[in-house]
Amino acid sequence: MARATDGARPIRKGQGQVSALNIRKGASSHSAYDLRDPNSDRVERHTLAVLVDNEPGVLARVIGLFSGRGYNIESLTVAETDHTGHRSRITVVTTGTPAVIEQIKAQLGRLVPVHEVHDLTVEGAAVERELGLFRVAGTGDKRVEALRLADIFRAKVVDTTLDSFVFEITGAPAKIDAFADLMRPLGLIEVARTGVAALARGNP
Amino acid sequence: MTRTMTGARMVVQALRDQGVDTVFGYPGGAVLPIYDEIFQQNDIRHILVRHEQGAIHMAEGYARSTGKPGVVLVTSGPGATNTVTGLVDALMDSIPVVVLTGQVPTFMIGTDGFQEADTVGITRPCTKMNWLVKETEKLSDVIHQAFHVATHGRPGPVLVDIPKDVQFATGTYTPPSKARTQHYKPRMDGDPAQILRLVEMIETAERPILYTGGGVINSGPAATAALRALADATGFPVTSTLMGLGAYPASGTQWLGMLGMHGLYEANLAMHGCDLMVNIGARFDDRITGRIADFSPGSRKAHIDIDPSSINKVIRVDVPIVGDVGRVLEEVLRVWTERGRKVNAEGLAKWWGRIAEWRAVDCLRYKPATATIKPQYALQRLEALTKHRRDRYICTEVGQHQMWAAQFLGFEDPNRWMTSGGLGTMGYGLPASIGVQIAHPDALVINVAGEASWLMNMQEMGTAIQFRAPVKQFILNNERLGMVRQWQELLHGERYSQSWSESLPDFVKLAEAFGCKGIKCADPADLDDAIREMLDYPGPVIFDCLVEKHENCFPMIPSGNAHNQMLLGEAETQGVIGAGGAVLV
Repeated sequence: MARATDGARPIRKGQGQVSALNIRKGASSHSAYDLRDPNSDRVERHTLAVLVDNEPGVLARVIGLFSGRGYNIESLTVAETDHTGHRSRITVVTTGTPAVIEQIKAQLGRLVPVHEVHDLTVEGAAVERELGLFRVAGTGDKRVEALRLADIFRAKVVDTTLDSFVFEITGAPAKIDAFADLMRPLGLIEVARTGVAALARGNP
Repeated sequence: MTRTMTGARMVVQALRDQGVDTVFGYPGGAVLPIYDEIFQQNDIRHILVRHEQGAIHMAEGYARSTGKPGVVLVTSGPGATNTVTGLVDALMDSIPVVVLTGQVPTFMIGTDGFQEADTVGITRPCTKMNWLVKETEKLSDVIHQAFHVATHGRPGPVLVDIPKDVQFATGTYTPPSKARTQHYKPRMDGDPAQILRLVEMIETAERPILYTGGGVINSGPAATAALRALADATGFPVTSTLMGLGAYPASGTQWLGMLGMHGLYEANLAMHGCDLMVNIGARFDDRITGRIADFSPGSRKAHIDIDPSSINKVIRVDVPIVGDVGRVLEEVLRVWTERGRKVNAEGLAKWWGRIAEWRAVDCLRYKPATATIKPQYALQRLEALTKHRRDRYICTEVGQHQMWAAQFLGFEDPNRWMTSGGLGTMGYGLPASIGVQIAHPDALVINVAGEASWLMNMQEMGTAIQFRAPVKQFILNNERLGMVRQWQELLHGERYSQSWSESLPDFVKLAEAFGCKGIKCADPADLDDAIREMLDYPGPVIFDCLVEKHENCFPMIPSGNAHNQMLLGEAETQGVIGAGGAVLV
């Protein structure tokens, strides 16, 4: 098994070569030339997809793991993805040193209702999307400017009054951050974001 | 064949089908239907405890001494919350325990009903897995899953919360063979490539050491046999954690003794100086590693563990092997044998020479006394008078006596040593000893205790007497919380804050009040006869052994220090714990 120590492989319960233990060298979303040192102190941001049984308490179990062991959650989304198979997909964005990320994956992997853990940040290219709803209040030039910028960002107006809009925007988290920064001086008063949903690109 | 029955009957049927012969429990409103079923059968023996914490520690003792899961049955609310300490204890020490709790009926959940508690919420981080069963139809399936999860992979405690209406309602019974257990299949076989790397290291290592843990015992008799075969064939020295004692026999020539904070000098120095460390079913606990930065600096490390999250958690290793300890060791032996059973004989001979120098230090020596009983002496005598008994089981409470027991008692077989390692639960030993005795009615079961720990669950003496469990409570009574006192001496300017045992009971009268035998001994000259009297008495005994009050437990690696900075005796204790070590426990 040439890939026996390849940490980029997902943890799949009950299958041959489980290995979240060695992180694949040379793979990182930051730079293809960046050799990832497992002893590094540098904090990295990883997007994990966790496939779980859709049963009561499973989300509490995952969240409790993060809080109980002092790991970070930057974003967390969960929804049932397979109704007949009773599976849900939890997408969690977390930060930590390589050793901590490795430990998070191993800890998630050993939870009984967890079937698979994928580290989308190291397993190859992935698409990440988030949906945001923004209420922007204003009149006159500010209102026009908000609408113009929304158009540039391909945000949709989903609700309007004479002095406010609700925009819907979808994109990578950075795009939504940028949109929020632009809207703030134009009268941004309320934001709702879904958190990140992510899938690997291609046909894995 | 499908069978319809009530939920309560399902519980008993499921236990029967899982081969359960003993349940430790305490009744209450929310489990009455199950107790009614228990009343109407004779296959499963119910041991009525005095406190639910006692029940779960008994189940732990039962499980550790038999290799089978321990089973607990308690009511909702306080019944469930009283098991929490034992659940965490079993989680930390990887003990298979199945706890069944009653719950208020489903339609009352969330209304703050009488004796309602969010049991699955409270116990979620305390268990390997837990379930709230809301439909009778699913109950038997969940109970079988619970047994499967508790005993497969890294063992641990599980809990099934059963509302009272689910116990009364009828449903279809699912036999174990039809239960949905397929989704939980931890990996058993190690990666062949990594096993080969380990074998290559074994062939060339100059200063190897086998560092074994509770995983060897949890894996079962095959793992113990494989470990002994590997150690004997390679001639490598063997040390073990507190949890792993007995996997390699204490009389074995390659046995270095326990390692760690109060481990033996030769074991810790060998860990520090080795060039190949093979961790077999241990987890680099902080009691073992001391200061991480200086932990065994010159070694390559291999780690065999069934739990992937144990690997690289604390110490980064060179050869990670995820799998069952027994299967991996057998494979290591097979590959190593096929390749010609090579070892670096010259290097090994030199290594054993150095180990002999460390052994010559005789780190367990202590100043003998004639007027008072030294705790070490008491344990040496206990060992001398009982070691011929192959059916001897030892439990302990937590503290100095626990460390002395680990140092001075020798274990020839696995499953003979029950102690609270990870959680350090005072009050564990007495109930655990009863659980062991229930599983092995004719064996010699001794709980080596401190007086303070022992008092924490002393109500369980009633259980011992009711069920004729002739457990021997060997209390090393120094009228102090000895380990706390030792740390206060070393770390807090000898200000002994709250670390003495005031107003202790008269243990002999206490024994009589419970209806068992009490023995008191304060003179070393009388000790042997007193111990013989304890051993000869057919029922439970409370042995009050008055020992030296201010004895400290050595050797010791002070917190925040490395393995090669051990204290061997009183003379070396001045200012040994620095500011960095003081914050550690």
